[in-house]
Amino acid sequence: MSTSAAATPTPQKQSDPPETKARTAKRPGDLIFSGLSIGSGLLIFLTLLLVAVFLTIRSLPAIQSSREVTGDADAVSLLEYTAPLVFGTVFAAVLALLMAVPVAVGIALFISHFAPRRLATPLGFMIDLLAAVPSVVFGLWGGVWLVPRLEPLYMWLNTYLGWIPLFAGEPSAPMRNLATASVVLAVMILPIITAVSREVFLQTPRLQEEAALALGATRFETIRTVVLPFGRSGVVSASMLGLGRALGETMAVLMVLSPGSSFSLHILEVGRHNSIAANIASQSAEATPDVMARLIFTGLVLFVITFVINAIARAVVARSTQG
Amino acid sequence: MAQAINVEDLNIYYSEFLAVENVNVTIQPRSVTALIGPSGCGKSTFLRTLNRMHEVIPGAYATGSVEIEGANIYGSGVDPVNVRRRVGMVFQKPNPFPTMSIRDNVLAGVKLNNQRISRSTADELVESSLRGANLWEEVKDRLDKPGMGLSGGQQQRLCIARAIAVKPEVILMDEPCSALDPISTLAIEDLIHEMKQDFTIVIVTHNMQQASRVSDRTGFFNIAGTGKPGHLIEIDETEKMFTNPENKQTEDYISGRFG
Ligand SMILES: Nc1ncnc2c1ncn2[C@@H]1O[C@H](COP(=O)(O)OP(=O)(O)OP(=O)(O)O)[C@@H](O)[C@H]1O
Ligand SMILES: [Mg+2]
Repeated sequence: MSTSAAATPTPQKQSDPPETKARTAKRPGDLIFSGLSIGSGLLIFLTLLLVAVFLTIRSLPAIQSSREVTGDADAVSLLEYTAPLVFGTVFAAVLALLMAVPVAVGIALFISHFAPRRLATPLGFMIDLLAAVPSVVFGLWGGVWLVPRLEPLYMWLNTYLGWIPLFAGEPSAPMRNLATASVVLAVMILPIITAVSREVFLQTPRLQEEAALALGATRFETIRTVVLPFGRSGVVSASMLGLGRALGETMAVLMVLSPGSSFSLHILEVGRHNSIAANIASQSAEATPDVMARLIFTGLVLFVITFVINAIARAVVARSTQG
Repeated sequence: MAQAINVEDLNIYYSEFLAVENVNVTIQPRSVTALIGPSGCGKSTFLRTLNRMHEVIPGAYATGSVEIEGANIYGSGVDPVNVRRRVGMVFQKPNPFPTMSIRDNVLAGVKLNNQRISRSTADELVESSLRGANLWEEVKDRLDKPGMGLSGGQQQRLCIARAIAVKPEVILMDEPCSALDPISTLAIEDLIHEMKQDFTIVIVTHNMQQASRVSDRTGFFNIAGTGKPGHLIEIDETEKMFTNPENKQTEDYISGRFG
């Protein structure tokens, strides 16, 4: 064997690679594993594709006859119908994110770097539990408990900070406005952002923190120079998780928001905004085929928005982990 | 600038575990003191009590006194943050801040406490610190590049530059060359030689040739057995320690290592 190989080196070389390849491919564990992972990858992709195809096909009637829909009291075009919903959805989600992220980062830092261990463990556990509370519960809490309690705050904001467009307008009780919806959304996404951020902060390399401390950094300065830069990409992806959840949240918004249709910046005014998901949930039960097509179209738009935001988040994370 | 360190009756604990017992020693200003001894005898632990880094480990504390410039750094009302500004530290593994440029790494300690410095002062400080760490020529054209882009030896010298930029009185080094190649090690040893004109230096090393090359005085730590506390067995002029130590344990350790 070895002599023949020495005599004819070229064929030996050629036959070698396929042989090893065949040998590795025959391991049953590898085969099953690669089959499973490729299969489930394909399955996810296929599901997404099917959803997109379904949404597109079923919303075609609405896109084609984009004039007016009969049966609606005030007939509007598809664009006029969808755009305010998109605005309301994104507006509420962004407001929720702006409220939730600073608080979540604060709590996460407290748990990871300030609280004594005896306090940190139960606190972390509680946050994880909060993340599992179903949204109906948050909706109930928001609608029944929160709405009346926010009223004085809103009146104060309206009176003294009314020159800021956000707080302008004429709020009226009950305060089932976009501000309340955003607060409820913020509370809902707070746990997941906190939990992920805490996890990242805890992974800050010990050596980095000691480098800062040894230079004479206070605890706060250590966090600023080491922990936050290290955790930044993690906080961004956590926020995007939260944003995704806020965008698609249905029940909570449905239960605290009096719907309306406008591009108003006045978040304290009632009956001015609505979100895509809440709108679909409230309208679909008694929808005519025409209206149904429109609802499905808005669903398609939501699908695309979520996709785009995810892509942006990935880009941000990729860039900040590089740098 | 450089100050003597006076350690009295120092006992160092990790929670209930007494890691180092009853250290009494005076460390001369403007000198290099090397600490040697077998693994686990408490060299790092002792070193970290000299700038109160020991206590950042949960449950860790020390009793006794460490006087720098006549004032006990463990006295009541002394802020450990201020102690660490006067006593700098270089770690075993190079640890520049990964998100910062070379320049920002050097300035990191100076910019703490919201101290504002002018652009020109900052430039001067960056240059003098990097020169002080023998790194200037190698990095002067890429000060804005990330510090992590340097070689291990350069990173370690960057960490030294970062430590001397805050103008400490004492610099502690815990096996600063153990992660480096022989050339980088020599570069750092040369640097230590130059630095002792300005600083009091305490260095932990496992390399006895290194101790004899860089230090004026050498201290030997030993441990009676696992779970027992470490002791400072002997400290003396480096030459005497390596040729004619007083203590039998020191002699055994040194001769054992040298074969
Ligand atoms: N964070 C810690 N918690 C509890 N015990 C510790 C801790 N760090 C070190 N010790 C213990 O303290 C003793 C001294 O450790 P130390 O790291 O100071 O030894 P060392 O002389 O520096 O050893 P080496 O030469 O291996 O670095 C050892 O028994 C060690 O197990
Ligand atoms: Mg050590």
